[in-house]
Amino acid sequence: MAASLSDHPHHHDHAHSDVPSDPALRTRTLESLLTEKGLVDPAAIDAWVEAYEKKIGPRRGAEVVARAWVDPAFKARLLSDATSAIETFGFLGREAQHIVVVENTPAIHNLIVCTLCSCYPWGLLGLPPRWYKAAPYRARSVIDPRGVLAEFGLALGEEVEVRVWDSTAEIRYLVLPERPAGTDDFSEAELAALVTRDAMIGVAKVEAPKEPNA
Amino acid sequence: MNGVHDMGGMHGHGPIAPEQDEPLWHAPWEARMFGMRRGGTFPPGFNIDRWRHVRELIPPYLYLVRSYYDHWYMSYVAALLHSGMATREEIKSGHAAPGTAKRNDAMRPDQVWKTQKTGGVFARAIETPPLFAIGQRVRARNINPTGHTRVPRYVRGKVGVVQLHHGGHVLPDSNAHLQGEAPEHLYTVAFSMRELWGPEASPRDEALADLWESYLEPA
Repeated sequence: MAASLSDHPHHHDHAHSDVPSDPALRTRTLESLLTEKGLVDPAAIDAWVEAYEKKIGPRRGAEVVARAWVDPAFKARLLSDATSAIETFGFLGREAQHIVVVENTPAIHNLIVCTLCSCYPWGLLGLPPRWYKAAPYRARSVIDPRGVLAEFGLALGEEVEVRVWDSTAEIRYLVLPERPAGTDDFSEAELAALVTRDAMIGVAKVEAPKEPNA
Repeated sequence: MNGVHDMGGMHGHGPIAPEQDEPLWHAPWEARMFGMRRGGTFPPGFNIDRWRHVRELIPPYLYLVRSYYDHWYMSYVAALLHSGMATREEIKSGHAAPGTAKRNDAMRPDQVWKTQKTGGVFARAIETPPLFAIGQRVRARNINPTGHTRVPRYVRGKVGVVQLHHGGHVLPDSNAHLQGEAPEHLYTVAFSMRELWGPEASPRDEALADLWESYLEPA
């Protein structure tokens, strides 16, 4: 049997003790080595980066949200079986194969976190923001979600129930935000343009449009 | 393991400090590291749970100061060293040891999209009936394994209510140690903030965590 990683508590110390402290230099050195050993194709690196820069981002989640706002049957399916509902868009993929969508209402506010690492619905929201992966958000969301939301400028009334979803497994959560007032005559595409990444994590609401839809 | 990665409930890490108009990458090397992790070759049997375990083995004094994609660098290097796929000298120099045969099985660019689309499925058919039902009260067991686990410390010993049942999912505690997928029923359990954090906590709010069956007992 392969030796347990836990039996080698110092292997990371070996890994970093004599490499350059500048991560740009260290990672360039690693890419050179992997390329030379045939362990990575630099063109595959380019392709992964391009996929997440150009194709996989929060516009995907916004499309799903806008559809739910205009199509009650889709919304019902999304809330009962998000994985199959979202596959109608072709958005399932790594870090978004098993999905649960939770609905914000005037009475309930949902917030997504991963306290143990940084699990995030990459396939629906793309690359996670730095704050989502950093210690302050991971530490405090589950003990003081109202304080965390206040730091994002979102003050919730005491009557609102806050639900914090800690993504400890491969289930990826997406918040279905409340549809803002004043958008009755908006098209699905216009609605999607209002939806932000932060609203789908649950640290913001979708803002009502500033001007009437002309 | 009771590591620094298990952050839920800690104080003292400072403000959240979200950035306005945050860029996708904060430096070009982050994108290269991201692509290496996604497209690079890993040791046989390597999996996402093992990846998370390697990351949580980063010493606490480094875990807290190194950035996210630097964690990826450290974890990939640790996996290469531990498996013998690279030596310390190679990692340091960026060049393969003389006489090393070049492999030809790295992921190709035309395989990237399919890998993105089909990877990361962890639901597994499971024949044993679930021990718990939606609405049932359960207690997260007070377990403290030294290996990988996904039951956060802040729910251990606490009583919650089963909110969702997801069917069988690969068990990280086994998979991370290359001991098989050992799928178990997976549940989302809702804990009241008062149960988790005491009488000063909000009477209305709750935190929910995804917990495998062996993490739970009837309450």
